Amino acid sequence: PPAHSHSDWIGPPDKHSNLRPVIFYVPPDESALERRLREARQEAQASNQRFWARHNRAFRQEKEEFIYSRLKAKGLEMRDESGQKATLNAEEMADFYKDFLSKNFKKHLQYNRDWYKHNFRITFLMGQVALVRALRWLRRRKKNVEQ
Amino acid sequence: GLFVWRLRNTGVQQIPCQFVHLYHIANNRLITFQYFNFLKRMYVTQYNKDLSQRAKPKSDSIMSPFHELQQLDQEKKVVHKISPVSPVHQLGSETSSRNELREMKSAAETEDSVIPVGAESKEDRQWKEMKLRLDDLPGILARLSKIKLTALVVSTASAGFAMAPVPFELTCFLLASLGTGLASCAANSINQFFEVPFDSNMNRTKNRPLVRGQISPLLAVCFAASCGIPGIALLTLGVNPLTGALGAFNIFLYTCCYTPLKRMSIANTWVGAVVGAIPPVMGWTAATGSLDAGALLLGGILYSWQFPHFNALSWGLREDYSRGGYCMMSVTHPGLCRRVALRHCLALIGLSTVAPVLDITTWTFPIISLPINLYISYLGFRFYRDADRSSSRKLFFCSLWHLPMLLLVMFTCKKSVLEKEDKGDLPGRSRERAMEIRLP
Repeated sequence: PPAHSHSDWIGPPDKHSNLRPVIFYVPPDESALERRLREARQEAQASNQRFWARHNRAFRQEKEEFIYSRLKAKGLEMRDESGQKATLNAEEMADFYKDFLSKNFKKHLQYNRDWYKHNFRITFLMGQVALVRALRWLRRRKKNVEQ
Repeated sequence: GLFVWRLRNTGVQQIPCQFVHLYHIANNRLITFQYFNFLKRMYVTQYNKDLSQRAKPKSDSIMSPFHELQQLDQEKKVVHKISPVSPVHQLGSETSSRNELREMKSAAETEDSVIPVGAESKEDRQWKEMKLRLDDLPGILARLSKIKLTALVVSTASAGFAMAPVPFELTCFLLASLGTGLASCAANSINQFFEVPFDSNMNRTKNRPLVRGQISPLLAVCFAASCGIPGIALLTLGVNPLTGALGAFNIFLYTCCYTPLKRMSIANTWVGAVVGAIPPVMGWTAATGSLDAGALLLGGILYSWQFPHFNALSWGLREDYSRGGYCMMSVTHPGLCRRVALRHCLALIGLSTVAPVLDITTWTFPIISLPINLYISYLGFRFYRDADRSSSRKLFFCSLWHLPMLLLVMFTCKKSVLEKEDKGDLPGRSRERAMEIRLP
């Protein structure tokens, strides 16, 4: 993002986590409240990124292992004659999906709790910041009118 | 004011039966035709888009209740990926605002994207300033509120209103539809607010406004509040408190029960089906002011419809659900998934037969609806037996036209109010009331 910009910038989805990274703008006159908001957003972003990158990587890896083991059981190679990667159809993959979901169930419950907490806190702080800004703007207008 | 509404709602009036009937049929047909064509167009565009856009890495309010429509990728030897298509599933739930939420959600999902392939992928890779542009706002809010799903929800609510055995009142109808629509927008927005990281990871939903940072979560919540509060107030004060209560309950069910439950247990599907069933009930209570057997029957029909619709849809999304951590029957209990879908297809036949018993329709309704009900049951059976992508797709696409057709047939077979009067079921009313029935 350009150096002179006064707003946050959001980028393309991350390769591993599929989440879009945000670069936060730090205004020179940032108040304590605004700093708390920015830090909360940064923390949530980092935590989300960690979780999903690890989770998706594990998914891809376990999927590969599953395909490999199934193909081996069937007596096939990972790549067929034309060099194409051999794959299993959706019905065979279903066992893997079911397994993966149940293995990660507790992890997801914990993540859900964390995510909801982050989300509510960030939104609440945003509300506070917006309110403070609005009051400041009103006060400034009143001052201008009086002058 | 409320009292007057009540009286008017329950009054029976002599109406020029034919004229109103014809008008209704034309209206319903138009609505059905329009949104069906619209859905078809969405599917086609989505499908084309999917074909060209191979690289692929999908609102619940219930049904979301409105389930979402999904476009399926072309079959490949590789594990199939389903392109993001608005699940019709979403349509189901939110129809009346929430009802078709799950179902509609499905449909609503499609709202997200019909962008030329090249432009989107390039645009996607750029860094964007997170500043809200006012001219983008309507489009963003439309996607946030899943406007297409909401429209479908509102049409199921109108179906409920139309089927109620009272003379048609335009203002009541409009107020109920508007209130339902607003409530649906609110519920959908909150749903998206809750699901940002999950939506980013699923192909169907990764282009939603909150995921892309086009709008802040605060604004999303404020929008939801500014739709939901007036919407429920409109229903409670402008229609009747019962409809308002149902609306508020549906919002709660969708956002606080269905959405978190999606990640905890497969029971979410049943909750979502209820979300989808409530809008027509709301339409009925808006017209009559009371919750009678007819309302419950209509709700029951939509409830049962949700299952073949959503279960067939979710069959192709198993990979995304598994990775995203969603507990869906298609992933964890595939046998149950297919059994339930079939069971509810058959239930639709049963429910259609109950309609004339409750004096809602004439006996021609179960007879005329039998072919389409048998057909969807047949596809449900094929899905149950074959359990593959093609049978799930067939069932899903059938459910898309089955519901509007069923509701249409139901409406044309509606037992005329006049008939009931002759039978002495309803007390006679003054003739001048008939004047109010004149439609613009």
